[in-house]
Amino acid sequence: MNLILHNARLIDPEAGTEALGGLRISDGKIAEILDQTIDVNSQACRTKQIHLIDCNGKHLAPGIVDVGVKVCEPGERHKESYRTAGLAAAAGGVTTMVTRPDTIPAIDSPEILEFVTRRAAQDAPINIRHMAALTRGRNGREMVEIGFLRDAGAVAFTDCDRVVQDTKVFTRCLTYAHSLGALVIAHPQEPLLSEGAAATSGKFASLRGLPAVSPMAEKLELERDLSLVEMTGACYHADALSTAAALPALERAKQNGLDVTAGVNIHHLTLNELDVGDYRTFFKLKPPLRSEDDRLAMVEAVASGLIDMIGSFHTPQDEESKRLPFEEAASGAVGLETLLPAALRLYHAGAIDLPTLFRALAYNPARRLGLDSGRLCVGAPADLVLFDTNVPFVLNRFQLHSKSKNTPFDGQRMQGKVLATFVGGKQIFGGES
Amino acid sequence: MTFEAKHLLGIEYLKPEEIRTVLELADQYVDLNRRTQKHSEALIGLTQINMFFENSTRTQASFELAGKRLGADVMNMSMQASSIKKGESLIDTALTLNAMHPDILVVRHPQSGAVNLLAEKVNCAVLNAGDGRHEHPTQALLDALTIQRAKGRLHRLSVAICGDIAHSRVARSNILLLGKMENRVRLIGPPTLMPAGIADFGVEVFDDMRAGLEGVDVVMMLRLQRERMDGGFIPSEREYYHRFGLDAEKLARAKADAIVMHPGPMNRGVEIDGTLADDINRSVIQEQVEMGVAVRMAAMDLLARNLRTSKQEGIYV
Repeated sequence: MNLILHNARLIDPEAGTEALGGLRISDGKIAEILDQTIDVNSQACRTKQIHLIDCNGKHLAPGIVDVGVKVCEPGERHKESYRTAGLAAAAGGVTTMVTRPDTIPAIDSPEILEFVTRRAAQDAPINIRHMAALTRGRNGREMVEIGFLRDAGAVAFTDCDRVVQDTKVFTRCLTYAHSLGALVIAHPQEPLLSEGAAATSGKFASLRGLPAVSPMAEKLELERDLSLVEMTGACYHADALSTAAALPALERAKQNGLDVTAGVNIHHLTLNELDVGDYRTFFKLKPPLRSEDDRLAMVEAVASGLIDMIGSFHTPQDEESKRLPFEEAASGAVGLETLLPAALRLYHAGAIDLPTLFRALAYNPARRLGLDSGRLCVGAPADLVLFDTNVPFVLNRFQLHSKSKNTPFDGQRMQGKVLATFVGGKQIFGGES
Repeated sequence: MTFEAKHLLGIEYLKPEEIRTVLELADQYVDLNRRTQKHSEALIGLTQINMFFENSTRTQASFELAGKRLGADVMNMSMQASSIKKGESLIDTALTLNAMHPDILVVRHPQSGAVNLLAEKVNCAVLNAGDGRHEHPTQALLDALTIQRAKGRLHRLSVAICGDIAHSRVARSNILLLGKMENRVRLIGPPTLMPAGIADFGVEVFDDMRAGLEGVDVVMMLRLQRERMDGGFIPSEREYYHRFGLDAEKLARAKADAIVMHPGPMNRGVEIDGTLADDINRSVIQEQVEMGVAVRMAAMDLLARNLRTSKQEGIYV
């Protein structure tokens, strides 16, 4: 069946343009890009084979490709399952979710990868790809079966928030992964300096009496990793960057032609350390929230393209693990559903235009992981999000689809809402527009 | 007389007038405590529970005595030995106790912010008796009362706080209180024991003790925890004493009438010279203990008044 979405503001992150027009979708793929002069009353359009959707001049963009989502299967299904994560993603305009392997047990063998692949296919309406651990049990000692896991569909390898401390082990992982063309993702934070930290060192952490880590811990570890990338030639993605101090090293590495990309979490673009206020544990993240200067530097780095991707870093935590003294409370926040409204804060603030935003939300992540989505061009999968940049609403965490409701945006005013989400040309979220 | 707070969680949340109110009332309780007949009925009929999740002899005794002198029914709970060990969460413990209708909860906890969390979940007045590295408001108030009585005022004084600032809740509360009352605060200690961003608190930071003590009115020493002495934060006990221990020679840099304070318990020969600590002309360490009881009486009395008012107004149901 053919589907035509017309009268939309098309955001093309690849070309960096935004224009009125429409899309014709056939067999789950974009078959034609229509300009605004299309006559929807023409003979062809009135035939029954074509389903028409009028977008009323709202924005239509490639669906979000969110790298680094935690779905708590296996191990902690009470926090999030593939079904609930899928619903949350659909409601958030995320059409491809790339999951983290920091489950219990870690996704470190082809068998576990097969289990989650099956669970994802059964229960979620969106595209799901999986990352695998880089070392067994994420223990930083022996590398996983990178070849087998890659054959089984792992799109990248990462130990998530655990840093492979042993430089020799990490070097071998990078070398081996490089031989297979596999992408290695790290969250660079010097582990000994960061140990036990619940905040970023500075006036606020000192006032609250919280154990804190210097922002320099990120730079330290990133510089180590980049030296090893230079040594091994590996493809490397530094995720969850959050500090201005780390950016010059990243810029240098890119200028020197290393195969390096970087990502930032939406929370580090929209919140700062002061949001923690009186020990609000929903704002406890890893890495911790940073200063306003760091936040601004990250926003600028996304705008300039130095930081390639924005992710939700969706980390579900149940109430019990958050209703604790700040130091004891678990880190992380859910983000699938709030990713786009939060990112639109940057657009409304005039910091980032929409094509650049979707470059970081969809085009760059898809390209880095070798997926063909994230683009508005003929032949690309019809994974799309239709949204209104202006609808105001106050977020109520109990209305989120995730099983866990730990969002830092609870009660906050947001501007911009997803109207409809399409995966493979099929509408999976939103009413008829 | 102003005192509007519902809980005493930290100096950060108090206005200067409220601090003055506590100190005025505490001054009166000092007189009461010096009589043979030490009983008041300010807290008669009220239940006070002291929950100490961390070892304490002095603070707990001080709170217990303060409550008893005001006529409250006081119960001490040593939380280390209780349900926490059985895996109960802090909030569940709080709710359990809350169901027994206490009026005043005095809480000490090893983690910063834990007392704030607890105060959100109960409907009685909560006093912070020290939480992690965050605050220890009654200590700062008793220090303020001691200074005020010794110096005749609590403003435009130059106060040096010396030692392990980074791990000290006493230092944080004192920095905030002395700042609110318009005093100059100097912090003296090795940089490894100085918290990050401390200069933004409106204080002067010194790592040379002699320079830091130059011309100060008050010298406040802090306890150095044993576990920090073994090379992790400072090279050794003797090097620390040499550079940061208070002795007569270093004290000579301060004003001639400068007083010496210490929140206790002291490590004689580590942070302070034993003879100096006992010098009744300089040291007000024993007065600090005395003021502690009076300040805690005043704080609990004021919170109880607010509690009674709000219960009449039905706010606390």
